Amino acid sequence: MGAKASAAALLAGLAVLAGGLQLAGYDAVAALGALWNGAFGSWYAFTSATLVRSVPLIIIGLGIALAFRGGAFNIGAEGQFYAGAIAATWIGLQVSGLPAPVAIAALLLAAGLAGAGWVALPVVLKRRFGVLEVISTLLLNFVAESLVSLMVQGPLQESQHIYPQSDPIADAARLPLLPGTRLHAGIVLALAGAGALFVLFNYTWWGFRLRAVGAGPRAAEISGRIDAGGMTAAALLLSGTIAGVAGGVEVSGVSYALYQNLSPGYGFTAIAVALLARLDPRGVVVTGILFGALEAGAGAMQRDAGVPAVAVYVVEAVVIVVVLLVDAYRRRGPLPAGRPAERAG
Amino acid sequence: MTDIEPMVAGFLAAAVRVATPLLLAAIGETISERAGVINLGLEGMMLAGALAAALGATASGPWTGVLLAVVAGMAFAALFALITVGARTDQIIAGTAVTLAAVGLTGTIYRRAYGAGGAGLSLPTLATLPVPALDRIPLIGPALFDQPAPTYLALLAVPLVWWLLFRTRLGLALRATGEAAALARAAGVRTRLVRAGAVIAGGAFAGLAGATLVLAQVGTFAEKMTAGRGYVAIAIVVLGRWHPAGVAVAALLFGAASALQFVFQAMGLEVPYQLFLMLPYALTLLALGGAVGRVRAPADLGRP
Amino acid sequence: MTTPALELRGIQKRFGPVHALRGADFTLMPGELHALLGENGAGKTTLMHVAYGLTRPDGGEIRVGGAHVALPSPRAARRVGIGMVHQHFTSVSALSVAENVALAAGWPVDPKALRERVRALSERIGLPLDPGASAGSLTVGLKQRLEIVKALATETRILLLDEPTAVLAPGETDDLLRVVRSFTARGGAAVLITHKLDEALAAADRVTVLRRGEVVFAGAIAGQTAASLSAAMIGDAGAVTPTVLGAAPRAGPHDGPVLVHLSGIDILREGGAGLAVRQASLAVPAGEIVGVAAVEGNGQRELLRAVAGRLQPLAGRLEVAGPVGFIAEDRTTEGLIPDFSLTENIVLGATGQDPWIRRRRIDWRAARDYTSHLLTEFGIVSPGPDAPAAALSGGNQQKLVAARELARSPRVVVAEDPTRGLDIRAAGEIHQRLRAAATGGAAVLVHSSDLDEVLALADRVVVMSRGVLIEVPPGATRGAIGELMVTGGR
Repeated sequence: MGAKASAAALLAGLAVLAGGLQLAGYDAVAALGALWNGAFGSWYAFTSATLVRSVPLIIIGLGIALAFRGGAFNIGAEGQFYAGAIAATWIGLQVSGLPAPVAIAALLLAAGLAGAGWVALPVVLKRRFGVLEVISTLLLNFVAESLVSLMVQGPLQESQHIYPQSDPIADAARLPLLPGTRLHAGIVLALAGAGALFVLFNYTWWGFRLRAVGAGPRAAEISGRIDAGGMTAAALLLSGTIAGVAGGVEVSGVSYALYQNLSPGYGFTAIAVALLARLDPRGVVVTGILFGALEAGAGAMQRDAGVPAVAVYVVEAVVIVVVLLVDAYRRRGPLPAGRPAERAG
Repeated sequence: MTDIEPMVAGFLAAAVRVATPLLLAAIGETISERAGVINLGLEGMMLAGALAAALGATASGPWTGVLLAVVAGMAFAALFALITVGARTDQIIAGTAVTLAAVGLTGTIYRRAYGAGGAGLSLPTLATLPVPALDRIPLIGPALFDQPAPTYLALLAVPLVWWLLFRTRLGLALRATGEAAALARAAGVRTRLVRAGAVIAGGAFAGLAGATLVLAQVGTFAEKMTAGRGYVAIAIVVLGRWHPAGVAVAALLFGAASALQFVFQAMGLEVPYQLFLMLPYALTLLALGGAVGRVRAPADLGRP
Repeated sequence: MTTPALELRGIQKRFGPVHALRGADFTLMPGELHALLGENGAGKTTLMHVAYGLTRPDGGEIRVGGAHVALPSPRAARRVGIGMVHQHFTSVSALSVAENVALAAGWPVDPKALRERVRALSERIGLPLDPGASAGSLTVGLKQRLEIVKALATETRILLLDEPTAVLAPGETDDLLRVVRSFTARGGAAVLITHKLDEALAAADRVTVLRRGEVVFAGAIAGQTAASLSAAMIGDAGAVTPTVLGAAPRAGPHDGPVLVHLSGIDILREGGAGLAVRQASLAVPAGEIVGVAAVEGNGQRELLRAVAGRLQPLAGRLEVAGPVGFIAEDRTTEGLIPDFSLTENIVLGATGQDPWIRRRRIDWRAARDYTSHLLTEFGIVSPGPDAPAAALSGGNQQKLVAARELARSPRVVVAEDPTRGLDIRAAGEIHQRLRAAATGGAAVLVHSSDLDEVLALADRVVVMSRGVLIEVPPGATRGAIGELMVTGGR
């Protein structure tokens, strides 16, 4: 399945959206028009709405692609994102005296560690007790959301104690912006990450072993050089770290503070991003921008055409289903072989 | 002793009330997973049921809402069955997609039907149906016998589903499908039909669970109101070892954990409510890993 | 003249290039115990699968009780009274004995009544079973009982048993045969597929011998001996039938350094219960090919995998010189990753000394060149080094695996069924490679379910029977080796 089929999946999603909106009594044409305008209608829209939203999608999408390639399902990216955001906010409030690069580095490091920590429990549960990582990572999503709520109404609440959000983070901890736009340096991180993962997957021995475990766990294990269970666990940990970093980037580049609903479901949208990109890091950049456009457009769609932003979830769902069906029809695809319960470890 | 009694009774009643939608969803998921299908779309089906219940109740009363909710749950389940059992795709990803679609659809339809801004919608609810005499048993009377209809349905479903799974030929075929689909097929079982049927039955229960949430608990609809209960139901199935009785116990424990917050409030303790929100999930995680030890799922669970 | 209970006439069956049955005839009379003999691959199981509706024949006809029938499925077979006990157990482990019987026979599930019914049935048959026990917890012998009870639960008049005693202890075998005897005494007809000549001679009334898909003998057992049956099964006793290209025995003493040394090795059965290999001892010097002859399930798989380093022995000493080249049994799930390209599959066999891995980075150009070189050298037909492995034919896939494992000059080579499913030419090429490896100084350990192949390749033969490794005296005839495989010298 190549770019053509991916494009078809996206078109199918949009078609279903248009059809559904029309049926529901909305003006589909106006809605799609608003969608386009909100995403690509102007330079400002493109940079400050679309690209800004694609940054977390690309980063998390890379993490999810990595997990999938290694034979694991990371459905908990949303929670890992929030864990990273919490850690980033805490650091961001402490580092006002430090030079910017150090402050930002510290913030992102903390975010990554928090993300790793958040996925560590599911990894342990999987290795020691055979608990499906799908369930454990999912449950932790909800714990993370509650934790954010607890933080912003408790220890991290802003100094006036009126609103459920944190104080703004120090200037030093904020990512620089492209002048005239709201696009922050996180885009560089996203692109660099895609490049790094591409090299990792395709040119390193570690990346090769990872792909082997995802594509043929039995053969990988039998080859004698690969510890399939260990690779999958490592993939999950790394995936969580990346999702955590995404949370840190969002705090450092967009929100400058912590509050509830920081993420409009990035962790789930990123699954569609990764799948549509066929788990290829270069593709993730493209699909990340596409879905960023969808989300940016959704906001405009809601403002200008009165269509609820959540409607784009339908597009994402259709995309995922079409990709699944095409793969099933061809009986192959980059998704990991074997079911979770079967996989080594 | 007497002044603790109403508090304990109240706590138990709240526990059962909170547990009801979880139990309904979990019983349905038990049927589905025993047949070998893990349904992550459960959350979405519950949400769809919740909205359908709200729409139906507004149109012509709570029982219409319940009926519509069951239909909505089954419709989504049929879609899920088509994609996973029919086309033999990955159940986990497909389930995630179904929930995404349900969130998008319900949000869109809700705003369309009730306008933006999410004003507090007040719905005709299901009244409690006290069972005369039994509801006066101390402590557990109100908990078990002074509840709205869905609770009774849930409690009845437990032995019913148990009987279905373990005392009928259909149940045997279903369990064989979940344990070893290839062997079941060799013995003549129509495994795809069985799985599809199990999934749709699960969807019906999920829809009913959503209706319970809206019409017997909260009294209104809000976007994403299921708040992960569908996933908690899946965890309850694991905790209950895929057995209706175990599932019932696990669901009740869950309800109790959630109801603790009322106890603390009544005792005047100032504990952040988020801790109570987190408690059920955290408990589930601990139980999955720690006290429960290695759990054995139906052997062919998740295999297309 | 009594009507035969079952008649198979002129059955033809091909599986791709393999001609499994070439016009086989089989007649089963009511009240008789009929032994069906033949070597691995002779077509015995295929023939019985046709009789049970598991396989549709390409030609020929089936008659039950004189009437022509079509058997599109096992259900159809059961409806006309044919039951089968398979080599591999077909019970669902998580369900109880009673539930498995209910599932197979379509009985209602009321537990008390069902248990009584199953208990009564099993006792009536003469193979008592505890209906409440979980099928997964049964010993192998009891699992076999369950299979028989399932087969006899419905109105069965014709019972087909596929190697039922292969995994049974002698006492259990007696029980089994007793039960089958009482079944035939009541008018039923039974077919016993078996390797074990002594069983056939002792228990059967009539016997049919298959060789390479054709019936070479059918008649009463009286008057037959182990020798005569062996001869029928394998052709001329003592002569080695050249079935693969270039089958020339490699002479000469092999007195190089010992590269594989096993001493008192115990290995657990994969999946837990019991030992697959008991106290095995073996020494393989450089340059020697040791062939392992064994019936499936006698421990050869575990032994080979332990030597290859893929399985840990429970006890004993194991010394194997590295590197080891391992050609696994199942090329599509264990040998290769079908979605990966040929180059990627070659990289999978990296030893750490490869020219195309430098400090944990892969030089794909070098890897691709290396792969192209291998493709040419091993004569592998493919669209190119970047094609997915799934695009190759079975023979070429196997050659790719062999290329990967042998090209890095391993000191020890372990090969499991290396020519399974290959045509003569491809098989011959694999054999040449294995011989070349030995000539180059490697110690080679090879197993095949085809005794011919083992004999053609090996300098020395060992037999695995019930987990015990038995050295075969030099100069032993083929028939003797075959007997050793099934009797284990007992």
